[in-house]
Amino acid sequence: MLKCFAMVCASIVLASGMTAAEPEVTVDTSQLKGPRPLEEQTKAAAIRDYLESWQGMSDAFLQNRADILDEYFVGTAREKLGNAIEEQAKAGLHTRYQDRSHHIQFLFYSPEGLSIEMTDDAEYDLQVFDHDKAVSSVPASARYIIVLTPAEVRWRVRVMQAGSQ
Amino acid sequence: MRARVTFLLGGLILAVMPAAHAQDQTLNLPKSIEAGSAFSIQNAGSGEATLYIVGPGEVLKRTVQLGIPTYFPAGSLCNAGHYVVILAQGAGTNTGSFDVTPVSAPANLSFLAKPSRLPVDLHNGITGAVYVFDAYHNLIATPTPVSFELSSPSGALQKQLATTRAGAAWIEMDSTSQQGSSKFVARAGNVSSASIIRQVPGDPCDLKMSAQPSGQLLDLQTAPVRDCSGNAVPDGTIVTFTETYPGGQSTVDVPLKRDIAEVKMPAHNGATFTVASGVILGNQIRWEK
Repeated sequence: MLKCFAMVCASIVLASGMTAAEPEVTVDTSQLKGPRPLEEQTKAAAIRDYLESWQGMSDAFLQNRADILDEYFVGTAREKLGNAIEEQAKAGLHTRYQDRSHHIQFLFYSPEGLSIEMTDDAEYDLQVFDHDKAVSSVPASARYIIVLTPAEVRWRVRVMQAGSQ
Repeated sequence: MRARVTFLLGGLILAVMPAAHAQDQTLNLPKSIEAGSAFSIQNAGSGEATLYIVGPGEVLKRTVQLGIPTYFPAGSLCNAGHYVVILAQGAGTNTGSFDVTPVSAPANLSFLAKPSRLPVDLHNGITGAVYVFDAYHNLIATPTPVSFELSSPSGALQKQLATTRAGAAWIEMDSTSQQGSSKFVARAGNVSSASIIRQVPGDPCDLKMSAQPSGQLLDLQTAPVRDCSGNAVPDGTIVTFTETYPGGQSTVDVPLKRDIAEVKMPAHNGATFTVASGVILGNQIRWEK
């Protein structure tokens, strides 16, 4: 009975594609190195686009749709995330990454303005579903190294790699 | 409203999900493994269970026998990242996590050198930025020495060393004093990546012209035009000759051809001729019949 209820709830969430509360975000530029100053507008755009990429990633992994990644990720990050979605789909899994907080620290703005590197101490919940059955929800935290590169209208994530905080 | 409904539904799901126990002895995980290396996960208990290893980089699912270590051969996890492990048996789960770290040996460089073309002798005119990756395209986050070398067309070498921070390193270099193509190389460990930087002569440094009468005209000709490093200024660079005489002024723009600019202008008595290119003003000649 309880399992059925969980599956129903999971299906409702899946069908509605809804999002939970906004994550808490803090930003630090004190560690930024490089000859190029990071303008306020550029910083704001990078943060906005990066946070949106988490939402895009969450949607893509929840729906097992790698195509959702295209708007937010490029290069190695796009390839690796896409492969992971393919793997989990083959295994009958889907996952939900619900970010709770981000502490973003800008590290490097490349001289020619073609990449921004930052770390993100992210806290998130990972929910795993096996054939739509909820397996577990695990709180996780990790320090992500992020490299953003500019695309036509937004910053896209080129490298997204986590390690322990 | 939508967010609130979602939050409530999310709460319901969390409430009915199997509890995620803290990492305990039933699930013995390595703290970290190197990307691509073999590893094993030990667990206690008996019976069959399902093991999930989940991260944004890779996802693995295995049916395992509890009490028997589960071996993962080399190449099972190649993408660096933070992985959550869930061992599920019936309604119970045990969870933990571990990291996959990059291989320490650099195997790929992402090297961006700018600009591809610039004047000679420009202080900090060249920038190079590099990201260092391992064989699995994981960014090597540990400090890694990188050397940057800029060779001038004459073969002279300008070298700078940098250490990566979170996988990235950058430098600034002066362009050389000699025009031509220079090779700009970034090297980390046994891998390197090269870019070609084309250095072109700078602005003319000194303009000198001479005058020779040619009938009613005066033949004005510059000496070979060089930049301050002695490189020939490219053909096509515009040189402006100006004649100022009683009652008028005329100006002629002439492109450099084979390093010199030449023009014929009327030889008005009492005229003054000047020559200029860009912001550089050359000598002045006064013509008296």
